[in-house]
Amino acid sequence: MAQNHITARILKDKAFKLLVIGLAFASIIPLLLILFYIFKNGCTVINWEFLTHLPRPVGEAGGGISNAIVGTFMLVVISGVCSIPLGIGAGIYLSEHKHGALSYTVRLCVEILQGVPSIVIGIIAYVWIVMPLRTFSALSGGIALGIMMLPIIVRSTEETLKLIPESLKEASLALGVPYYKTIMKVIVPAGLSGIATAIIISIARVAGETAPLLFTAFGNPFMNTNIFKPVNSLPLLVFNYAASPYPEWHALAWGASLVLAVLVLTLNVIARVMTKKWKVQF
Amino acid sequence: MESPVLKIENFHAAFGEHVVLKNISLDITPNKLTAIMGPSGCGKTTLVRCINRMHELVPHATVSGKMLLQNEDLYAMNPIIARRKIGMVFQRPNPFPTMNIYDNVIAGYKLNGLRLSKADLDAVVEVSLRKAALWDEVKDVLYRKGTFLSGGQQQRLCIARALAMKPEIILLDEPTSALDPKATSHIEELMIELKETVTIVLVTHNIAQAARTSDYTAFIYLGELVEFGPTQKLFTVPEDKRTEEYLTGKFG
Repeated sequence: MAQNHITARILKDKAFKLLVIGLAFASIIPLLLILFYIFKNGCTVINWEFLTHLPRPVGEAGGGISNAIVGTFMLVVISGVCSIPLGIGAGIYLSEHKHGALSYTVRLCVEILQGVPSIVIGIIAYVWIVMPLRTFSALSGGIALGIMMLPIIVRSTEETLKLIPESLKEASLALGVPYYKTIMKVIVPAGLSGIATAIIISIARVAGETAPLLFTAFGNPFMNTNIFKPVNSLPLLVFNYAASPYPEWHALAWGASLVLAVLVLTLNVIARVMTKKWKVQF
Repeated sequence: MESPVLKIENFHAAFGEHVVLKNISLDITPNKLTAIMGPSGCGKTTLVRCINRMHELVPHATVSGKMLLQNEDLYAMNPIIARRKIGMVFQRPNPFPTMNIYDNVIAGYKLNGLRLSKADLDAVVEVSLRKAALWDEVKDVLYRKGTFLSGGQQQRLCIARALAMKPEIILLDEPTSALDPKATSHIEELMIELKETVTIVLVTHNIAQAARTSDYTAFIYLGELVEFGPTQKLFTVPEDKRTEEYLTGKFG
């Protein structure tokens, strides 16, 4: 009886172990399936022409997505220019002032901002920038994406800098180095890998955003490098072309998906490598 | 007796309501090692942090009384200038992790934006490392990160970094408390050698260390300066009963 009981327990243990192993594997499956489909359908489309040419009109095979690649690049640059200095600055403030009314408010607001649906951020950018300028533009899209990047950068900067030992700051101040130089030349460089990783992760995050661009960057079938004019982006192109009834456009959408997926994956890998390589040992 | 390099007169320090130092008066003699000893929490670290005004980093820190560095009021100076004249070495070695050994030594120049020629910088690095008795160990690895060194070497690097600024005084805040006995004796020998070029204030809770290294000893207890005098005298014929009890291990 007792023996049976123990055997049953051991079996249950084994079954449970198998179950969690199975579930762990199952969690990989979605990504693998996504990559498999994107590669299967996108690979055939991608060639040099695809990356360097504009989309062809309906009914013509071939063509490329150069406008969307350039547009995505512009949007990322604009959003970075807006949010990186702001985010790092706010992060430095938060790490230096752990308590206090302003820190509390900033932390709360940043946390809430992180939870705001991306479409709502798009609407805000529409009201703030598109309406006054009376045109959809790369600028408005970039700012919408910048607002989405901001919380990631602020929080990561704060968390990274908080981990830097106080003794380092003291060492610098005791040498007669002014406070601002201590922060900019000692503290921030010591946390650079964390901050850089946060920037890359946040770029990877917003590069694939569609919703905030729907009524800001809007999309554009032509090449545009003017930040005050609408631009296309990879996710917008996928969104527009995948919903179209034309098989040639579907092919372009698959190809663009693959480019986007590779871009995001690469950024994530770079971030991982950088965290390891640049790690500062205290 | 030479005129003191640092004169502390009726000095009080408090953090908010909490009074840490009461009416401290102390003269620091140039090119001597003055040890400040006392049990944990007696205010000895606060005293040295007041000397280079690092205590001001703590919110609500207040002081009264006088500190004169070569007859100049330390508290009328810009703290940044004061800190360049008074170097400090901390309990735990804290070399800058992003810099190599060379840059660590000249960090005071680099971070302050003081420009020197490469030859001058090389000279500062070599002289400072030699003074800190580290040159022979690191002269071939000057461009490696300072954090690769052992704890004792890191602490000597921090001493070299403080010496590089050519300070009047260098404050050592329990510099051996994070080190093993061998590294400790190394640093103690170093301190005695350094007296030739610089005035040293050493904070320690280690009575034996104060006896071994110092010329003058101040005994601080509960924020008060109980006794101050030549080390020899204070350790053999202490005037105050509390000093005697502390030295014989009755408390602390």
